[in-house]
Amino acid sequence: MADAPTPTQAPPRTRADGGEEAAQGTPTARSTAAQPPSAADAEVLARAQAGDHQAFAQLYALHKRRIYSLCLRMVGNVAEAEDLTQEAFLQLHRKIATFRGDSAFSTWLHRLAVNVVLMQLRKKGLSLISLDEAMEPNPEEGPSRSFGAPDLTLAGTIDRLALERAIADLPAGYRLIFVLHDVEGFEHNEIASMLDCSIGNSKSQLHKARLKLRDALRAQNRQEARP
Amino acid sequence: MNGDPSKMSCAEFQAQMAELVGSGEDLSAHPHVEGCERCRALLADLTTIVEAARQLFPSVEPPDEVWEHIESAIKRDDKTAPNAG
Repeated sequence: MADAPTPTQAPPRTRADGGEEAAQGTPTARSTAAQPPSAADAEVLARAQAGDHQAFAQLYALHKRRIYSLCLRMVGNVAEAEDLTQEAFLQLHRKIATFRGDSAFSTWLHRLAVNVVLMQLRKKGLSLISLDEAMEPNPEEGPSRSFGAPDLTLAGTIDRLALERAIADLPAGYRLIFVLHDVEGFEHNEIASMLDCSIGNSKSQLHKARLKLRDALRAQNRQEARP
Repeated sequence: MNGDPSKMSCAEFQAQMAELVGSGEDLSAHPHVEGCERCRALLADLTTIVEAARQLFPSVEPPDEVWEHIESAIKRDDKTAPNAG
């Protein structure tokens, strides 16, 4: 086997339909989750599919940040996120020849990574059993229908730590949708493709996730307001 | 519930929100919202949450060791593959 270059030897700045540059966290980068790949990117992908280890290293360099960040946001633990990233790219290496281009490569890769994350959550005994169930969280875990009085609105300000805590406490299915759309910047059609659900389902679940976050933040505000 | 969306109660509107969003409706343009300060505040809260979320979780690179582990595992995979030479 030819030695693959280290990621630092691979060109990390070439885009591959939403690869490295889309992960910089800027507002403009957020909307580029599935840009069409350039001819050079397509060539790297084709070479990796043919078993070229250097090309696979390039793919890793292009997508590592987004996949690692997704894992980290989902599990909230660095060591676990590293393990999941490793597993996702190993799975990619084993399955890359089966990619047929029916969706953007980054969407396909994210779907693979999401499955790896969901497997891990299932191993940890969370209530998340499958993607279907991820999309249909327990009704008891859904947002309440609290018809908020104006004095209990968030008033345009949210404490960062409180929001991070609220996201971490979301049921895994809601957290997945919220992270993919509102943090990662994927569009609903891409999420629907990743999670095997309808676009409408993705939209409505995201809305419920946001409502649940609002419930949690308002509850925290109420607690802090108590004498 | 009556048939006129502008005469919906807040409870009726909020019970339908997820379904409306799922069908692609712009909630901010819903007739109930146009006349309801409380539900406008709710939607404003959701916007605030989305904007705040964008400031969270800066994307980060995995440490180099992750690639080293992947490389090692790939080499192991290749050695155990049926046609490994």
